[in-house]
Amino acid sequence: MTSLPDSTERKLGLVIDLDTCVGCHACVVSCKGWNTENYGAPLSDQTPYGADPSGTFLNRVHSYEVQPAQGAAQLVHFPKSCLHCDNAPCVTVCPTGASYKRQEDGIVLVNEDACIGCGLCAWACPYGAREMDAASKVMKKCTLCVDRIYNENLPEIDRVPACVRTCPSNARHFGDLADPDSDVSRLVVARGGMDLMPEQGTAPVNKYLPPRIKDRLDRIDDADVLEPFLDVVTDQPKGFLGWLDKALDKI
Amino acid sequence: MYPAPSIIAFSTLSGLGFGLMFWLGIGMPGSTGLVAFVFFAIAYVLAGAGLIASTFHLGHPERALLAFTQWRSSWLSREAVGAVAALAVMGLYAIGRVFFAASWIPIGWLGAALSLMTVLTTSMIYAQMKTVPRWRSPLTPALYLALSLGGGALLAGQVTWALLLIGMAGLLQLAWWWHGDRAFSDAGTTMASATGLGHIGRVSAFEPPHTGPNYLLREMVYVVGRKHAFKLRIIAFVLGYALPLAFLLVTFSHWMGLLAVLSHITGILASRWLFFAEAEHVVGLYYGKR
Repeated sequence: MTSLPDSTERKLGLVIDLDTCVGCHACVVSCKGWNTENYGAPLSDQTPYGADPSGTFLNRVHSYEVQPAQGAAQLVHFPKSCLHCDNAPCVTVCPTGASYKRQEDGIVLVNEDACIGCGLCAWACPYGAREMDAASKVMKKCTLCVDRIYNENLPEIDRVPACVRTCPSNARHFGDLADPDSDVSRLVVARGGMDLMPEQGTAPVNKYLPPRIKDRLDRIDDADVLEPFLDVVTDQPKGFLGWLDKALDKI
Repeated sequence: MYPAPSIIAFSTLSGLGFGLMFWLGIGMPGSTGLVAFVFFAIAYVLAGAGLIASTFHLGHPERALLAFTQWRSSWLSREAVGAVAALAVMGLYAIGRVFFAASWIPIGWLGAALSLMTVLTTSMIYAQMKTVPRWRSPLTPALYLALSLGGGALLAGQVTWALLLIGMAGLLQLAWWWHGDRAFSDAGTTMASATGLGHIGRVSAFEPPHTGPNYLLREMVYVVGRKHAFKLRIIAFVLGYALPLAFLLVTFSHWMGLLAVLSHITGILASRWLFFAEAEHVVGLYYGKR
């Protein structure tokens, strides 16, 4: 059934910290590396060494420039993968039942054996989280590494999504967002975690932590504790400089 | 959105075919024998060709039977069920008309209703897409239904109804374009809401994820040809609506009728191309595009 579950017991998902992401794309590489040889069809590339390379990725890192009304511009690296929405529009449009959201943990998955490759779910997703693989002709998406997180053949430390495990700046966190006491939930509360495109009504499980605002560049002088004592006594220069100032004014 | 020729052909031709079936189903015209056979054949070729064309864009058409299973939740599945049901019921009705000169009225009306429902499901596949604000409007099903009924009346030789419904479809088309041009900004999805960074300042795309295009950009951020959109709108309106009305108003003959049909189909194909090519998907915002 491609109807959504009324509620899910857990909401497994990611919390992505835009403040610490350095835009290294390691998550992109580890995601592709793990998922091309595990769950479902491989993530194919077309002419990867040719003139017009293209391929399937479940996770892509964008970079944005943000220009405040006043002050310095800010560069924000922005990893984007499936947000495992509570109200996932990609699931209900599926005509075959291939797309589904799991009741036990909320992960949105594609049963590739039932996918007819119509592409309608990719149209329904506002985030661009689904990509049709050009070789296998089925829809690919983030599985939250469902084949890692429950995999008892892996050491416990590795039972997290590949992107989380590999991130060198700890910008990606994995956990249960339905549990208010989980690390990820507390992180969301502490840092003001936000939804992407809330107006689309998708109720995404994944949250993004906003970057800190770079508003201190103009306040270098404030840092000096002696400043009040070093304040300029008079605006009018004296002596030779005063004479020069007046002379130049008269010209 | 990428204007796939198979989907454009499908939605235009099958819309016409099911429209013709509607009029045949309610007995307008109530012809029998060979004449009825020709009418039904045209309807089946148009609707059937459209359905076959629609499978061309599937990655795995061999699994298409699964698409009949999710009618509870999916408009695409409802379309598949509706189309097959309409074709089956109308087939039964056609047998009565062609071979027994009989009009099994309840079956005809049921087939007519199923035909219209199929067109409605087609339009709802697009109208449900919150991600494509240009499509998400009650005007989308209204336009599809008016076009199907109007084009069907034209094919069925119902001149008065054709004049009325194609005229109405023309007005709906203008309203749809007018609404569509405002829909994206009215929907309120922006780069600021897409990235959640709007509270800091003005967001612009600094660098895309990869050096080349990808499936998302090819499928949903199709911007080629938008610069000719206005000219194409005029062509679509003149050929699809104005000329057929003029042909019908001058004098009705079969030749004028044929000209009106050909002009109408060409115009609607152009309009349907624009329906996709002009449609902006919100995912383009992540790439700094619309």
